[in-house]
This record gives sequence, C-alpha cells and structure tokens, in this order.
Amino acid sequence: MQRRDFIKASGIGLGVLLLPAYGRVIAAEELLGKLDVGLKKRLADTAMTAAKADGATYCDVRIGRYLRQFVITREDKVQNVVNTESSGVGIRVIANGTWGFAASSDLSADSVAKAARQAVQIAKANSKLTTDPVQLAPVKGVGEVSWATPIVKNSMEVPIKDKVDLLLGVNAAAIKAGANFVNSMLFQVNEQKYFASTDGSYIDQDIHRIWAPMTVSAIDKATGKFRSRDGLSMPAGMGFEYLDGKKEDKFALPGGLIGYGNSYDMLEDAVAAAKQAQEKLKAPSVKPGKFDLVLDPSHLWLTIHESVGHPTELDRVLGYEANYAGTSFATLDKWKSKDYQWGSDKVTIVADKTQKNSLGAVGYDDEGVKTQRWDLIKDGILVNYQAIRDQAHILGLDHSQGCCYADSWSSVQFQRMANVSLEAGKEKLSPEQMVKDVENGIYIIGDGSFSIDQQRYNAQFGGQLFYEIKNGKITRMIEDVAYQIRTPEFWNACVAVCDQSDYRLNGSFFDGKGQPGQVSAVSHGSSTARFNGINVINTARSLG
Amino acid sequence: MSIYSEQDAKAILDKVIKLSKADECTATLSGSVDGNIRYALNAVSTSGIVSDAELGVQVAFGKRVGTATINEFDDKSLEKVVRRAEELAKLAPENPEFVPAIGKQTYAKSKTWFEKTAAITPEYRASVAADSIGPSKAAKCVAAGFLSDSARFSAIANSNGNFAYQTSTNVDFTCTVRTEDGTGSGWVARNLADIEQFNAKDEIKVAVQKATASRDAKALEPGKYTVIMEPAASAGLISFMMFGFDARQADEGRSFLSKKGGGNKLGEKMFDERVTIYADPVDPVAAVLPWDNEGQARERTPVITKGKVEYMQYSRYWAKLKEKKASGQPGNLIMVGGDKSTMDLVKSTKKGILVTRTWYIRMVDPQTVLLTGLTRDGTFYIENGEIKYPIKNFRFNESPVIMLNNIEEIGKPVRVGDDESPFVMMIPPLKIRDFTFTSLSDAV
Repeated sequence: MQRRDFIKASGIGLGVLLLPAYGRVIAAEELLGKLDVGLKKRLADTAMTAAKADGATYCDVRIGRYLRQFVITREDKVQNVVNTESSGVGIRVIANGTWGFAASSDLSADSVAKAARQAVQIAKANSKLTTDPVQLAPVKGVGEVSWATPIVKNSMEVPIKDKVDLLLGVNAAAIKAGANFVNSMLFQVNEQKYFASTDGSYIDQDIHRIWAPMTVSAIDKATGKFRSRDGLSMPAGMGFEYLDGKKEDKFALPGGLIGYGNSYDMLEDAVAAAKQAQEKLKAPSVKPGKFDLVLDPSHLWLTIHESVGHPTELDRVLGYEANYAGTSFATLDKWKSKDYQWGSDKVTIVADKTQKNSLGAVGYDDEGVKTQRWDLIKDGILVNYQAIRDQAHILGLDHSQGCCYADSWSSVQFQRMANVSLEAGKEKLSPEQMVKDVENGIYIIGDGSFSIDQQRYNAQFGGQLFYEIKNGKITRMIEDVAYQIRTPEFWNACVAVCDQSDYRLNGSFFDGKGQPGQVSAVSHGSSTARFNGINVINTARSLG
Repeated sequence: MSIYSEQDAKAILDKVIKLSKADECTATLSGSVDGNIRYALNAVSTSGIVSDAELGVQVAFGKRVGTATINEFDDKSLEKVVRRAEELAKLAPENPEFVPAIGKQTYAKSKTWFEKTAAITPEYRASVAADSIGPSKAAKCVAAGFLSDSARFSAIANSNGNFAYQTSTNVDFTCTVRTEDGTGSGWVARNLADIEQFNAKDEIKVAVQKATASRDAKALEPGKYTVIMEPAASAGLISFMMFGFDARQADEGRSFLSKKGGGNKLGEKMFDERVTIYADPVDPVAAVLPWDNEGQARERTPVITKGKVEYMQYSRYWAKLKEKKASGQPGNLIMVGGDKSTMDLVKSTKKGILVTRTWYIRMVDPQTVLLTGLTRDGTFYIENGEIKYPIKNFRFNESPVIMLNNIEEIGKPVRVGDDESPFVMMIPPLKIRDFTFTSLSDAV
C-alpha cells in the first residue's frame, strides 16, 4: 500500500483546496450517468481504424469513466464530501513489435483518432531501441459483451444524508462507549470501463467497490499514553449492501470477539473498538520471544499480500520493477525445479480474478482476457506466477492469466496482483479448536504496521488486537507486539488452517506499483491459520 | 501548452472572483507539463509526456463551503464551475470549524524556476537512460531507473484581494544498478530544480560502484551499531517524524509531542543540542513556493533549534481556538550541519555501518515514532576509518526522536527528495550511535 496515496485520499492534513487527485469534482447526481455504449463502440472503431492505417499490428482502446465519492467525518463533524469524475480514452498499440500508448480526455472522434496515431508514432520511435519484439499470448475476440459487479444496492444512489447519518451515528456510539476521538470514512468507487481490441472484442464493464474504514482512539491524559483501534471492515467489491451488517455474516471468534464476513456492522464494531482502545491503554507489554501465532483473516490478508502476492508477480521476478517496488526471491529456477517448498503441505494459495465480493473481481481484465482462477502454491510447492499477455510465453503458457489493470484511462495497463488467497483447511477446524491446541501463543486480529524488503524475504507485521494464549486458553490482551518473518520459513511453519466455514476476505484499496505510480484494489481471503515458533519483538520504547 | 503567464492566470482568476455571488471566494489555478522515461533490464520500458491544468474554486455562504474544479477556462466553463461550487455550498451542512478566507498576504520571491529544466526534451530523457545503461552494461550490471521532470505554474486569488503567481521546476532521478548475477545492488538518487546541476554519467558511477562493491555480503548479528547514514538514509525517518508536529493532534494527546496532563511540548528540548532544523522558502538550494496549501505566506521558520522544539503546525482553525498565530506550513526542511562529507564521517569511525538507503519505512508506534524499515542497495561494515566489506541488509526498529538524541557527528547537508515525503529536504550525513537493527534480510 502506498502511504502517500492513502493520505491523499483521506484528506488528512490537507489544505482546503487540495482534493483527492482522482479527477474533476462533480455533483452527486452526476455519479449516476453512463456513457452510451453505441458511442463508445464508434469511438473505439475510429481509434482502431486510425491505428491500423498508420501501421499498427494490434490496438486496444479503453474508454473509461472513473467515479469516486468520499465522505470523511470525525466525531460529530463532517470534514468533507467529495465526488470526482475522470473520463477519457487510453489507446495502446503494437507497431514494429513495440508498444506505444497515448491518452486523451477529449472524447471527440478527431481527438481519439489523433491519440491513436500518436500511440503508433511513439511505438515506432521506441522500436529503434527494441531488442525483443512483443509476443502476445492469443486471445479470441468475444464480440459485444458486458459484465457488472453483482451489487444489490448501488452506493452512488444512496443519498449523502444517509451516509453522513451512518458515520455520525458510528462516531457517537464510539464516543459513548469510551472513545476520545473517532475518524470514519466512506470511499466508494465506480469504474465504467469499455474495452475494445483488434482481436474483435467490445467489452463494457461496470465495476463497484466500497470501503468504510475508521480509527477509534483512546487517551490517558495523566500518563500521556494513547492507543487506537482501527475498524475490522474489509474493502469489498460490493455495493452499499456491505454495510447491512447481517447476522449471518458475523463470526463469533475466541475471546468473545466478533469478526465480519460479507457484510459489516460498523456501529457494533465502533463500540467494540472504543472499549478495546481503552483496554489497550492498560494492557501489559509482550515479553519478546518465539510464539505460536494464531492469525485471524482480518490480519493474515496483509501478510499474504506482501509475502506471496507481490513476489509471484512475474514482472517483479524478471526485474522490471527493480528500481521501485523491487524484485523477488521467487526466481524462475525455483519454479522450474518443481520442488521449491514455499510453505508446508497445509499451504495452497490461489490467484483468482473471479471471486465474488472481492476487489479484483472483473469479467475481463484490461487487455480483454476473461478472468480466471489458478494455483500459485500447491500443497506448499511454487507452481505458478501472475502473468499477462506479453509475459505468458516466458512461462510457456498459451494464454494470459488475465491480471492486467490500469488505474485510469490515462495510465498504461500492466500486470497487477490478482486476488491472492490461502485455501481453507480440508479438515474440520474452528478458531476455538485451533486455540485449544496452543500452549504458548498470540492471537492477532486486524492489520497494523507492515514492512517488507525489496525481494520479499524479511517482513515485519503488527496488528490491531493481540491476545496471549496460555495452555489452550486466551488469558489477556497484550500490547507492543510485532512479528518478524523470513517468508519461506514462515509459510513452512504453517501447521493448521481452519476450515471453509471460517473463510473471510479482506484487502487493500491502495496497492501501489509502477513509475509513475498506479494504485489497484485487491482482496485476500483465508481462514484463521496457525504458524509455530514465530519471532515476536516488543515495540515499546521510551523517549525519556 | 499549460504553463500560463502571470497575466493570463490573473485574468482567469479575476473573472472567477468577479463571477462569484457567495460571501467569499478563493480560486487556485495551476498547470504542469510532466515528462518521464523509465527503463529496466538495460532497456527503455516506457516514456511519456502529460500536460494538464486545473482551476479549483471554493466559495462560502456563511459557514457553508462548496468546492468545484474544472480543466476548461472559457467564459462559459468559468461560470459553470463557480455556479457548481455555489450550489454545493448551499447544500452543504454548516462547517463548525469554518475559518474565513485569508487576507492579503505578502509573499517572498523564491527561485523555483529554471529554464533549462522546463526545456528538457524527449531526446535528453533518452540520453539519461543511455548514460545509465551504457556504464552499467560495461560493468556487467543491469540498470533500472526513472527520470521525471516537471514545469509548473501556480496561481491563487481570493475575494479579499489576495493574489500570487509563481512558476517552478523539478527533477527526480533514481537508478538501481544490480550485478548480472544478482548478488550486488547499488542506487543513486537526485532531486533538483535545475537540470544544469545534473550529470547522469557522474551519478551512475556511484550506483555501479555500490553494486559491484556490495557483492558477497557478509552477515553481521543484528543489534545496536554506530551507523553512518547517508542523507537519503535518514531523510525518510526525519520526514516521518514531522507528522507528530501537528498542534491539534498533540493537544488532543495523540502525538509524541503531547504533554502528560494536556497541551504540547512546544519549547521543550527533545533532541541533541546539535540538532537544528528550519524551513525557509527562499533557501537557494531547496527553494519552494512562498505559500502553503491554504495560501498562507511561508516564512523562515525555526522548527528545532539546538534540540528545542520551536514550531508546531497550527491549522488556522486550531490557532484561532488556542489563540495562537497561524503561519504558513513549511514546504522544506533544512537541517543544519558542518562541512564533512559522508566519507569524512567514515574516516573518523572506529567500528560502524555505512547505510546508503532505507526503504519501506512504516510507523510501528506513533507514541514514540517507532519506525521500521530496511537498509538497501549498499550496506557496508566500517573499521578503523575504512570500508572493510559489504554486509547483508538489516531491518531496523528505531525512532527518529531517539536517533536525533544519539548523534555523534553531523556532515554537510545535501538536497534530498523522498517519494513518500511532502518536503524538499536538506539533510546532512549523520553518524549515530546505538542505532537498532532487529533482524537480517537476505534481500539484495
């Protein structure tokens, strides 16, 4: 995740006119409109004809309208309500075996044709430096098709007042339950994306995402100590129904805690957060050492993201991201050996761009490839990577894995992480039963601080809530916990994963990659999992 | 072309202010031309140019505020954006923390524009890539780098008669050079306003040297070490600490600068007395715009003087509530140092570790500003004033507050850019004792 983008989006510490940099500001009712599909097809054909006439051997056109709404509150105040729109066209071509790209916010036929010709010009200019011509894995054209996130309630149709009332109600409940401060927000995204290519595809997609983060803080004025507890919501590929907080989506966890699945009771979680933030002020500090960790899905998603999702991105493995995000320890020789033991036999990790309610779910990726699901790690062995059309041949694949994405019409699409998730255990096992077997452990809920090296070996993770486990029982809350891992050792220390009935998703709205930087939203699912003998450090310090 | 002249920018902003029927109106107009080239595996991967301009209008009726933006500037569009802001303001709830628009300000003139930077061509960008790739290939290394340059104008105006216009340029260059066998990695970065101060051929030598010299690194035990932090290595930690300087956050009890029992630590000595940091918009090397995001004039501001906290960031609302003077928020951070280079600091070190760069820095505990992150792209063991051998990278868990209390020596400040920091920084190389490394990393 990029810290800078989150700060930008959440408006923390910004001046009055500095808005989330996602496009022009519009009125709420403008969020409901759509561009005419017929018009989009005509524009796409115009671009493809112009590109081919100038010598392109391939052309794809993305006409996008990206809508975002932010509602930002603290305690009893609305800090900001912002609606933004960004629309335009991005055209990518291959000429002389080389990629070229151009984009324009002007959706007139002339401008679109001009951008197509520009893209060809750039491709031809860059082709002088090309040593290996682009090799595209074949894609069969799908004709005119459409796909939409299966939402129940369109967030953009819910009146602002209802959203403000919800957040201010959440804040009031937290304050009443003992919080000193609360920040809560709603982020809603609608990507209206039209993709056309010279392969014969015309794909119209309507994609929705929602996130309702909050931070609840408690202060002990006398000691000067402060602690906060973040909400346990997941960002989801869903509509406003995610905030229905249905009973069947609640998970009774060990220690009387509540976890959330496919809907979220924000009010209930705010009350729990306020009480737990107060409890954190008094919780004893962890004694560092080796512990068996029981990791809730609300925590484990981020560890999966950093230590499996990123190192299996093929462009990182090959060195294309060396100057920014880094490379990967998961080199091709490890994959070719067919016996690289990434994790224990309990560890099967899948990439999946089709998973319901996930942030990455789409019908087709940003180069027109139908999305799919595939194994990355099977029974502990590295079996695959994440690759797009111009990388598939490197793995000997005859097809792209459909994980190409651009965060805007004006950005070039490139390989982005699919939803990457740990498969549930095959044997019946609940988190309660898992805890019962642990002699000396820590149960961790929620994601906290995270940091990992540029090849994804050494990582350190914090959390929101830490509970000591002694002889099969949760004894008390503890504080100042972070664990340090070396990726393969950590996944090889996985001794148990709870069954499917405990499976939950979580994820990130702002996963950063590339130069210039692009963000993408991605989910990671798991059931509660146990890792033995993990190194835990104490993070308390004194400033004297 | 989206770099408007002062006259053209003022004409647009004057029209906007005149069009508004609200109680007050503030408008900002900015535009930029951004160019970049990216390369990896010793070949150019992408390059592009983006040109954009935007007008933002904020109006208020009483305490109701509305904001709208647009990127077209004909009369019809100007009318549309003003009316939209007014409609939004009328629909908005009253903001209890509303503060009226700023009055007429007097701004310093800072030298932020360099013609040669604004005139960078695609051919020049390609030459930077070639100058990185050539020497890397010759040394059996692989280069991956990014050059981005921008030319920008910014103009602000409000219905209280305030107006300002300024142009600025910026260049960011980073290049990671890895040995072909992947056992060594080096890095170089430059942030500047004037491209004439940049020579890719010279810069790349540093990255190539670090890549080849960092091969076959030995493992040292994690623990507390004396470190020589190159300017880029400590900049990220110091910049992160500035999040705690918000007065409201401190007064609310949620910053390392909160005082037990209430209030903040303004005026208290928190750092070694050799630590002096200030902000100055007209600094000749690290000049920034002479106004902040709210249009308030930036002035030379002592932030930390001889270890004492001299500045807390008061928003205009919080300043009013606490009866303090609100002032422009710093755009740069300048840490005072001496004349010594990084290598001079190495020479005076009996045993220690040279850190080229720190990476993936994240907050672990805001109570103490405990940060974690890793060393990267050139970490070396020093003995008796000499670099003895490369060592494996470390993860650190350290607070910049503790770090700036454990100072042994301060070198000569250089301009540093950090892609996660909002500041242009002048940071010296630092010799620090008892810097805490908590684990080893196998990453190269």
